[in-house]
Amino acid sequence: MMVDIKDYGDFETAWCPGCGNFSIRKALIQALAESDLAPHQILLVSGIGQAAKTPHYLRCNCFNGLHGRSLPAATGAKLANPELKVITTSGDGCNYGEGGNHFLAALRRNVNLTMLAHDNQIYGLTKGQASPTSMEGMHTKAQPTGVHSYPFNPVAVAVSMHVGFVARGFAGEVEHLAGLIKQALAHPGLSLVDILQPCVSFNKLNTFQWYKERVYKLGEGAEHDPADWDAAIRLSYEFGDRIPIGVIYTNDRPAFDSYFPVLNKGPLATQEVDYGVMEKVLESYC
Amino acid sequence: MSQGSMNLMIGGEAGQGLVTIGQVLAKALVKSGYHILVTQDYMSRVRGGHNTFTIRFSPQDLDSPCEGLDLLVALNQETLARHAKELNAGAVVLADTGLSCGQTPCLNVPYEDLADKRYLNTVALGVAASLLKLDLELVAQTLETAIGKKKGDKVVEENRQALEKASQWAAGQEHGLKPPAPEKEPDKRMMLGGNQAIALGALAGGLKFVAFYPMTPSTAIALTVIAHAEQMGVVYEQAEDEIAAVNMALGASYAGAPALVCTSGGGYALMTEGVSLAGMTETPLVIALAMRPGPATGLPTRTEQGDLLFALHGGHGEFPRAILTPGSVKQCFAAGYRALHLAEKYQTPVFILTDQFLADSLRALTPFDLSGLTPVRPGGGGASGGDYRRYAITGDGISPRRLPGMGPELVIADSDEHDQEGHITEDLELRVRMNDKRLAKQKGLRAEVEPPVFVGPEAADTLLVSWGSSQGPVAEAARRLGEEGQSVATCHFSQVWPLVPDQFAERFKKAGQVVVIEGNATGQFAGLLRKEAGIQAQRFIGRYDGLNLTPEYILRQLAS
Ligand SMILES: Cc1ncc(C[n+]2csc(CCOP(=O)(O)OP(=O)(O)O)c2C)c(N)n1
Ligand code: SF4
Ligand SMILES: [Mg+2]
Repeated sequence: MMVDIKDYGDFETAWCPGCGNFSIRKALIQALAESDLAPHQILLVSGIGQAAKTPHYLRCNCFNGLHGRSLPAATGAKLANPELKVITTSGDGCNYGEGGNHFLAALRRNVNLTMLAHDNQIYGLTKGQASPTSMEGMHTKAQPTGVHSYPFNPVAVAVSMHVGFVARGFAGEVEHLAGLIKQALAHPGLSLVDILQPCVSFNKLNTFQWYKERVYKLGEGAEHDPADWDAAIRLSYEFGDRIPIGVIYTNDRPAFDSYFPVLNKGPLATQEVDYGVMEKVLESYC
Repeated sequence: MSQGSMNLMIGGEAGQGLVTIGQVLAKALVKSGYHILVTQDYMSRVRGGHNTFTIRFSPQDLDSPCEGLDLLVALNQETLARHAKELNAGAVVLADTGLSCGQTPCLNVPYEDLADKRYLNTVALGVAASLLKLDLELVAQTLETAIGKKKGDKVVEENRQALEKASQWAAGQEHGLKPPAPEKEPDKRMMLGGNQAIALGALAGGLKFVAFYPMTPSTAIALTVIAHAEQMGVVYEQAEDEIAAVNMALGASYAGAPALVCTSGGGYALMTEGVSLAGMTETPLVIALAMRPGPATGLPTRTEQGDLLFALHGGHGEFPRAILTPGSVKQCFAAGYRALHLAEKYQTPVFILTDQFLADSLRALTPFDLSGLTPVRPGGGGASGGDYRRYAITGDGISPRRLPGMGPELVIADSDEHDQEGHITEDLELRVRMNDKRLAKQKGLRAEVEPPVFVGPEAADTLLVSWGSSQGPVAEAARRLGEEGQSVATCHFSQVWPLVPDQFAERFKKAGQVVVIEGNATGQFAGLLRKEAGIQAQRFIGRYDGLNLTPEYILRQLAS
C-alpha cells in the first residue's frame, strides 16, 4: 500500500501566516510519502522553538524534548530501535546554539539520523534575538548595536568533518527541498539538511526576497560533484551574493549504529534478556 | 585485632600498583574463606600523591570498616608518617629497608634483593600473603587472572619468582601476627564493589542502554555494563556531556530500551533539566548518583552524603520520583534491579543514591540468586487500538505506554504541557488535570516503599538512624554499645523517598533519644524527617572530611 500525503493529516498550527515553516512541513510530508514511509514508521524528534513544533503538525511518532537537545534524544531512540526512521526538526538556535556541543558530537558520531535544521537566522519563539547564524550587523533588541559575532556556518563545519550527507535547501523551493529530504532519508548515516527559512515576523534582513535573489540550484548549469570534498568545502563557504542549494557533500562512512551487532537483531525492546548468560556474568566475579 | 577480624592497609603513591595487589590480596582472602570489606582512599591524580587500600577481613560477615591497623604495608615513607599512629598493639609493619621507621617496629623487607624494581608490589604481596598464611599457589593464580596473562608468559614467570622469593624470605621472619582462621568450607563467593553491583542488578532488571560522561566515583557503573554489553545485548555510549547522556537515555527509553545514566554531583547538576523532562514526558529513567564532597569539584575522589536534598529536588517543576539508598554492596544489586522496575512501572525518574565509600567498597558475596527475578518489559497497559492516547488520564496516574514504531499507534511525548494525546496545550484547566495525573503516581510509589529496617530493642534508650552507606558503621557502633550493656537500636533507610511516616514514626517515639548519623554537615536526612514525619532528632552526628563513617568515629562523637 502506497503512503499518501493525506495520511499525514491536517493540523492547525501556531505559526505566523507566511512563515517558511509551512513550506518545510509540506516538503517533508512529500518526501516521506515518496519514500513510502507511513506515520507509525517515523519518529520526529525536536527541541523547543517555532521549528521544533513541527512534529505536532503531522501524524507521526513524536518526541518533543528540550531546547537544544533533539540530537541526543534522537541518538538514543535510534540506538534503541534501528527500524525507526528518525528525523530531527529544530531551529538554528536549538541546533547550533543551545545544542552546539551535541551538533559537533553528532557530526563525529554519524548515527543514522536525518537532521532538518530550520535556519531562519534568528530566535523566532523568543521574539527576535540573534541566533548563531545571524549575519554580522543585524540589529535586534538584544543586539542594539548590531551582531558582532561571526556567523556559524553549519554546512562548512559538517563538510569539514566529513559528514556523509550535507545539503542546503530553501523553504521557497518546495519541490527541490522535498527531493533533498528524500535523498537525506535514504542516506544510511547522519544526513544534514540546513534549510534557509524566512521568518516574516522577526528577520527583516534575510527576507524571502533576499534569499530568492541569491539562491541557485546545484546541478542546473552549476555542476558539482558531491564526492569532491575540496569543491564541497569551497561551495560551503559561498554565502553572500550567491548561495548554492542542493547536495553539497556525500561519502559512505559507516554509521555508528553499524558497530553494534545487537542492533542487527531489531529493536532492543523485542530482545529477551538471557538469564543463562547473566549467571555466567555473575560467575566471572567469583 | 579488631573484633575477631583483622585490618590491613597498603599505602603508597598512585602508580605503584597498590590497587592491583590490594585487589589480588582481597580476592585471595575471599577464595581462602574470609569475608572482606575494602575501603579505598585515593587522591585525584594518576601518579604520586598518597593512596591507601584497606582490607578488613574475618571468617564472619562484616558490616563496616574500622579504624586501627593490624598490618601496614608501607610502599613509601608517607604511609609510615601518616598511619603509624593507627597501629593496634602487636601490629606488623612491612617497609622497604630504605625507609626510616623511627620508633615504629618494622619488618624491613629487602625489596631490591628479592626481585627487580618492577616487581616491588609483587614482593609486597608475597610477604603479606605469607604473613596471612595464604596459599602461595592460590595467590599466584589470582594475580595471573588479574593481569590477564597465562602461565609460561615471561611476566607471569617473573611475578611467580618474585612471589616465591618473597614468601621464602617471610618464612624466616619473626612477627607474631595471628590472622583469624578462615571459614572451613566456604561457599563460592564473588568479590564486588557497589558500582559493579548496581550495574549487575540493573542488567538483571533488563537494562538495555547506558549513556554517561566519566565522573568519579560513578564511572565504574558504566564500565561494568560495557564490559558485559555484547553478551547482554546492551547498547552504550560515552556522551559528549551529561546533558547529552541524560537526553540519550530518555530517547532510548522512550523507544523501548530500559536506560540508565550514572554520574556524580556536578554531572547531575547538568542533567537536572533532563530529569524534569523524564517527569513531564513520563519516560522511565534510572539515575545512579554516586556522591562525592562538594560544592563544585570538591574532593573528587572522597566520600560524602551531601546530595540527598539535591537528588530530591533537582529538576524544575513538580513530579514524582523515588530515591533508593542501598546500605551495602548486596543492597546495591537489589537497588539496581528494583530501580529499573519502579522506573518502568511509574514512568518517572528513579535514583540510586550512593557515595564513593560504597561505590568502591569491595565485599565477598554469594552469587545473586536470579530465580524469582524478571527483567523489565517496556511498554504495555491499556487496550490497543485506533484511539490510543499516550497520556490517558487514569485513576492511578499510570497511562498505557506504547513504543514508537512497534505497532500502529502513534506515541507522542512532549515536554510542553500536553493533552492526553501528547500534543501541546495551553488549556489551563487541562494543565491542572495533567499535573494531578502525574502526581497521582506518588500514591503507588508510596505503597511500594521499602520500609526502614530496625534492629535492637523496641523501646531503646538510643535509636541510631542511618540511610545509605552509613548503615554498616552505625550497625557496628550499636553492636559495640550493646556489648557494653547499653540499650541501643538502629534504623536504616534503604529508600529515603517517598518517606512514609506510618512505617517508622511510632517506633521513633518510643526511643529515649533519636540520633541521626549521616555523612554531611547539615543533617539533610534529619531535616527531611522533621519536615515529612514531624520527628525532631535529639542529636545529629555528621561527617564531611571526605572520609567514610566508622564505628569508632560514631562512638567518639556519641561520647563527646
Ligand atoms: C533551556 C532553555 N533556554 C531557553 C529557552 C527559551 N527558548 C525557547 S525557543 C528559543 C530559541 C528559538 O530559536 P530557534 O531554535 O532558532 O527556533 P525558531 O523559534 O527560530 O524556530 C529559546 C531561547 C528554553 N525553552 N529552554
Ligand atoms: S516567528 Fe518567524 S519562524 Fe516563528 S512562526 Fe513566525 S515567521 Fe515563523
Ligand atoms: Mg531560528
